[in-house]
Amino acid sequence: MTTILTYPFKKLPTTSKWALRFAIRPLSCSSQLRAAPAVQTKTKKTLAKPNIRNVVVVDGVRTPFLLSGTSYKDLMPHDLARAALTGLLHRTSVPKEVVDYIIFGTVIQEVKTSNVAREAALGAGFSDKTPAHTVTMACISANQAMTTGVGLIASGQCDVIVAGGVELMSDIPIRHSRKMRKLMLDLNKAKSMGQRLSLISKFRLNFLAPELPAVAEFSTSETMGHSADRLAAAFAVSRLEQDEYALRSHSLAKKAQDEGLLSDVVPFRVPGKDTVTKDNGIRPSSLEQMAKLKPAFIKPYGTVTAANSSFLTDGASAMLIMAEEKALAMGYKPKAYLRDFMYVSQDPKDQLLLGPTYATPKVLEKAGLTMNDIDAFEFHEAFSGQILANFKAMDSDWFAENYMGRKTKVGLPPLEKFNNWGGSLSLGHPFGATGCRLVMAAANRLRKEGGQYGLVAACAAGGQVRERGTN
Amino acid sequence: MVACRAIGILSRFSAFRILRSRGYICRNFTGSSALLTRTHINYGVKGDVAVVRINSPNSKVNTLSKELHSEFTEVMNEIWASDQIRSAVLISSKPGCFIAGADINMLSACKTLQEVTQLSQEAQRILEKLEKSPKPVVAAINGSCLGGGLELAISCQYRIATKDRKTVLGVPEVLLGALPGAGGTQRLPKMVGVPAALDMMLTGRNIRADRAKKMGLVDQLVEPLGPGLKPPEERTMEYLEEVAITFAKGLADKKISPKRNKGLVEKLTAYAMTIPFVRQQVYKKVEEKVRKQTKGLYPAPLKIIDVVKTGIEQGSDAGYLSESQKFGELVMTKESKALMGLYHGQVLCKKNKFGAPQKDVKHLAILGAGLMGAGIAQVSVDKGLKTILKDATLTGLDRGQQQVFKGLNDKVKKKALTSFERDSIFSNLTGQLDYQGFEKADMVIEAVFEDLSLKHRVLKEVEAVIPDHCIFASNTSALPISEIAAVSKRPEKVIGMHYFSPVDKMQLLEIITTEKTSRDTSASAVAVGLKQGKVIIVVKDGPGFYTTRCLAPMMSEVIRILQEGVDPKKLDSLTTSFGFPVGAATLVDEVGVDVAKHVAEDLGKVFGERFGGGNPELLTQMVSKGFLGRKSGKGFYIYQEGVKRKDLNSDMDSILASLKLPPKSEVSSDEDIQFRLVTRFVNEAVMCLQEGILATPAEGDIGAVFGLGFPPCLGGPFRFVDLYGAQKIVDRLKKYEAAYGKQFTPCQLLADHANSPNKKFYQ
Repeated sequence: MTTILTYPFKKLPTTSKWALRFAIRPLSCSSQLRAAPAVQTKTKKTLAKPNIRNVVVVDGVRTPFLLSGTSYKDLMPHDLARAALTGLLHRTSVPKEVVDYIIFGTVIQEVKTSNVAREAALGAGFSDKTPAHTVTMACISANQAMTTGVGLIASGQCDVIVAGGVELMSDIPIRHSRKMRKLMLDLNKAKSMGQRLSLISKFRLNFLAPELPAVAEFSTSETMGHSADRLAAAFAVSRLEQDEYALRSHSLAKKAQDEGLLSDVVPFRVPGKDTVTKDNGIRPSSLEQMAKLKPAFIKPYGTVTAANSSFLTDGASAMLIMAEEKALAMGYKPKAYLRDFMYVSQDPKDQLLLGPTYATPKVLEKAGLTMNDIDAFEFHEAFSGQILANFKAMDSDWFAENYMGRKTKVGLPPLEKFNNWGGSLSLGHPFGATGCRLVMAAANRLRKEGGQYGLVAACAAGGQVRERGTN
Repeated sequence: MVACRAIGILSRFSAFRILRSRGYICRNFTGSSALLTRTHINYGVKGDVAVVRINSPNSKVNTLSKELHSEFTEVMNEIWASDQIRSAVLISSKPGCFIAGADINMLSACKTLQEVTQLSQEAQRILEKLEKSPKPVVAAINGSCLGGGLELAISCQYRIATKDRKTVLGVPEVLLGALPGAGGTQRLPKMVGVPAALDMMLTGRNIRADRAKKMGLVDQLVEPLGPGLKPPEERTMEYLEEVAITFAKGLADKKISPKRNKGLVEKLTAYAMTIPFVRQQVYKKVEEKVRKQTKGLYPAPLKIIDVVKTGIEQGSDAGYLSESQKFGELVMTKESKALMGLYHGQVLCKKNKFGAPQKDVKHLAILGAGLMGAGIAQVSVDKGLKTILKDATLTGLDRGQQQVFKGLNDKVKKKALTSFERDSIFSNLTGQLDYQGFEKADMVIEAVFEDLSLKHRVLKEVEAVIPDHCIFASNTSALPISEIAAVSKRPEKVIGMHYFSPVDKMQLLEIITTEKTSRDTSASAVAVGLKQGKVIIVVKDGPGFYTTRCLAPMMSEVIRILQEGVDPKKLDSLTTSFGFPVGAATLVDEVGVDVAKHVAEDLGKVFGERFGGGNPELLTQMVSKGFLGRKSGKGFYIYQEGVKRKDLNSDMDSILASLKLPPKSEVSSDEDIQFRLVTRFVNEAVMCLQEGILATPAEGDIGAVFGLGFPPCLGGPFRFVDLYGAQKIVDRLKKYEAAYGKQFTPCQLLADHANSPNKKFYQ
C-alpha cells in the first residue's frame, strides 16, 4: 500500500507577492479569490520557489471504486482507465490536442495492455500523436505518475499532462507454471514431429498447477496483511482501536457520499449493465459486528481482519496537471498547486508500512512548514493497524530518536483534519489509482473547508513512500 | 519406514554447532537465601494468569541448576495454591534463550552414579507435577529451548514459540554422551511419535520453530516483531507474553483445546506404531543403523533406544526409572566425560583471548579462488564481510565464484536462506583478476598454491597496494609463517590462518602467530575467524604448526602399514572403528596425494627420523602416475561422479608390491595397527605442548577433533591420555619402539605423566 501526497491548495492572499503577480495578469482567477472571501482569514505564506514553474491541478476525476468481482468484473483495465480519461475530458473540457503527455500508474499488469496508459488514451480519443507511458511503484503508482508529470512540467518539457492510475483486481493474470511455459515455448520452436513428441512426453500433470500473483513482497515473501498485523503488534495497536478507526473511516465516507462531497467521482456506464454512480464499498457497521470477525492473516490471534483492512478494489482515476501560466492562459481556475514531494524507503520486512512517518517530517521541512500549518491530511489507509501504527510512531520520541535520526517526535496529525471524507478502508483501494484520489480529496477538502495546505502520504510495498506538498 | 530417517549421525561432529556460542557460564551463586529473594525465577500475576519469568543471574543463558529447580518448585506450589490464579505462562527474561539445558557443571560435579540418577529423578518429579497441573501452563519460547529446557516445555500443557532464527528446540544430550534425563525419553515419543522422537534424541539436532509446529512440538507460532515503540527484541518478548496470556486464559476457560489435529501421515504412523510387530521392526532398524554408525563406540544412542522401548513396552513408570538410571550410567562414562570436555574446550575456543582489535575488519580480500579461497569467501560473505576474491585466471575465478554461489544456493534448497537473501549475500562478493580495491582492504588472506616463492611474490605484490593497517594472513597448511614473513616490510602484520577443507563444513581455524606478529594482528585474525563461525586455536609458528605436524607421523605410519600389505579398505575400517570419522587411506585421497607428499617431504626434512616410517616413495610414485586422490578421480580408490561405492584402484597394486615391507607379526594385530597410528599422533601432540607450540591441552584437543577428526569419543589426544592412562600409552609406544625404533620414542612430557599418575592434562 501506499501512499501519499500532500498538497495544499493555495488561496490567493491579496497582500502577498503572489497576489501581486496575479494582479498583473488579466486573468479571471481573481474571481475565485473573491468567491471565497470567508476563508481568506487563514492566509499563510506561499510555497512558490524562485525559478521553478508552478504546477497546478486543474481538476481530477475517478470512476466509482467498486469491490472487485462486482459491476466491473468483465472489464479490462484499459476500459476503466478510458472511463476515467473520458470523464476528465468531460469535466475539464480540455482540448485533446493540448495534452502533451499521458502517464498512468498500475500495479498488477494485464499483460496484453502492459502500457495501459497508451491503450486507454487511444480508446478515449486522444491524439495518436500524444505519447503515454505506464509506471509502477506498488500502491503509490499514481503518485509516481503525478510526480513524473510535475517533473516534466517543472523542467519545461511539457505544459499539460494527464496523470492517473488504474487497477482491476477482478481479473488478474494467473500464469502457467514455469515448467509448462518452458514446454510450450520449446514446442513452438520444435521443427519435426519427433521433436514435438519427445517434448510432449516430458509433460507431467503438475505442470498444470497455476502460478498465482500474491499481494506479497518478493524480497520477504510476506503478505501485506501479515506485515500489517506484525506492525500493529510492534506498536501495540489493539484490535478494538483498529476496529474503531475502520468504523470512523466508513462513517465519514458515508457522510461524505451522502452529502455529495465526493465530487471527483464520475458515473461510469458499464457496457451491458447499469450505470455505476457511486463507490460500493462504504459499509458502516457496528463495533460488535466487527468484533465477531476472525483474524484474516495471523491466525488465530492476530488483530487484522477483513473489516479493518482495505478491500480488493477495481477503479481508475485521472487528473489534469498544467503549468500554472498555461492553465491561467487557458482560462482555468486551478484547484490546487502541487508543491513538494518526497519518496522515502525503508526495510521491506519490518518497516514496510511506515512510509508516512518517515516522509511527513521530511516533506514538511522541505516546504518550510510544520504540522500545524497543514489544513487537510489525506493518508492512504491500507489497514487500520497501519494508520494507527504510523500515528504511534509519529507520536514517539523513542522511535524518532532510534530509527529516524531525529531529536524529537514527528507529532500527530490532528484527527479532525485527517481523512475527513473517508479513506482507502472505506472508499476502496485500487492500487494503481489511489494516489490521484488522495490528491483530489485533499484539494476538494481545502476548497470546501477553506484551508491552504494539504499533505498527502501513503505507504507502498517495497517500503517506499512518497510525499508531496503543495501550497 | 519412517524410522529409517531416525538416525543419529554421531560421527558427523558438526552437530556440535548446536551448542556453540551459547557461552556457558560458571556462576558464583552465593547462596543467599532463596526464600527471601528469588534470583532465578520470579512471577507476577496479570488478571488470573501467573507469568513466571526465568532469569539465571549473571549469565547470557538460562540453565537448569539446582537453585533454579528449587525456586521453580516453590513458585509453582504458590501458583497451585493460589485461588486467584487460574493459569500460568512460563517465559524467559532473556530474549535469546528460553532454557539452554541442564547446567553441565552441575553434572560434572557429581561424583557418583547415584548422585546423577537422583538429579534426574528430582527433575522427573517436578516435571510430572507440572504435566499433571490442574491449572494450564503455557510455555512461551523465544530463543534456544534445548535439553532440559525442551523437556520442561513439553511438560507444559501448551507451547508457543517465536519464529525467530534464534528459536531452536532440541535434545542435544546425545552429543554430550548422555540422554534426556528429565522425562524427555518418555514424553517426546508421545508428543511427536516414536520415529520423530528417536530422530531428535539420536541426532540431537536443532529444530526450528516452523518445523516444530509441523511436528506438533509447539502449538502456536508468533512472528518476531520489527521496530515499534521499544527495541524489537523487547517488544517481541512482550508480544509473546501477551499472546501466551490469551492462550492461557483460553485454556483455563476451556475455550481452547490443548489437543491438536494430527495430519493423515501422522495418524497412520501413530496407528502403525500400535502394532507390536511394527514397533519391534522400528526398534530393530534404528538399532541396526545406530550400531553401524557408532561402531559401538558411543553408548548413549543405544541406551536412548532402550529407554524409549522400556517406556512404551512396559509403561511410563518403568520408563522413567530406566531413564534416570541410564542417565546416571551414561554421565559416568568416559565417552560422556570426553564429549563434555570437548564442549568446554569449544566454548573456550569461541573467545578472543587477545581482546577486541583496534579496527574491525570490514573489507576482506582473498587471493586464490581455489577450493580453499572460495570456501573462505563463502563463510565471509554470509557474515556481511565485503569480500574481494582474486585469482590469476578467469577460469579459476569463475570456478571459485560458482562454488560460493552453489554453497549459498544449497542453503536456499534447504530453506535455510531465501533466494533474496542469497542474492543479497552474494552481492558482498567481488570477483576480479587485478588488485583494484585492495587499497580499502583491512585484511588479505592468501590461499594460493603451497609454494614458498609464489607466496613471497604475492606478499610483495599485495604489500605494494594495501593500506598500512591491512593484515596479511597466509592460509598454508605447513609452510612456516616466519619464512613467508621474511620478505615482508611489516612482519608484525603477517599471520597464519590455516583453514580446513571444506571450509564451510569444517569448524576449525588454526591461527599461527610468529615471534613478530603483533597482538592486535592476532586479535583481528581471531575476530575475523569468530565472525566466520569458526572454533579457533592459536598456536606458535613452527613446521606443520600443530595440526599438520600431528597428522604427518600418523600418515607416515599409514604408508608403512600399507606397505606391510594391509589392504586400504581394511585400514579404513580399522581407523573408523577406532572412532575416526574418515578412514586413513580415504583421508589421504581426500587431502590430495600431492599435498600429502609435499607435507611429508617438508616435514620429513625438518624432523628427520621421527617422521619416518613409511617410504615417501609411495606417494611420489602415485603422484607421477596421476593418482592424486579424489580430485583426480583416482588415488587409493577410484572416484566417479555420482557413484557412491568406492572401488580400490587396482593400478595401485604394482606400486604397493614394489615397495612391500615384511610385516612384523608382534605389532600387526588389528589393535596394534590402530594404536600404532594413534600413539604416534598422541605423542606428537604432547610434544607440541611440551615445545610450547600449543598453549593449552584444551586447544590441542579441539584442534585434533575438529580439524583432523580425532575420535570425539576419546575427547582429543590429551583427554585420551588422561582417561586411558599415560602409563598404558607409554607402554604401547615402548613396545612399538622396540620393533621400529625412534619414531615411537615417548616424548618427555608424556613420560613425566606416565611416571606420576597424579599428573593430568585436565585437573
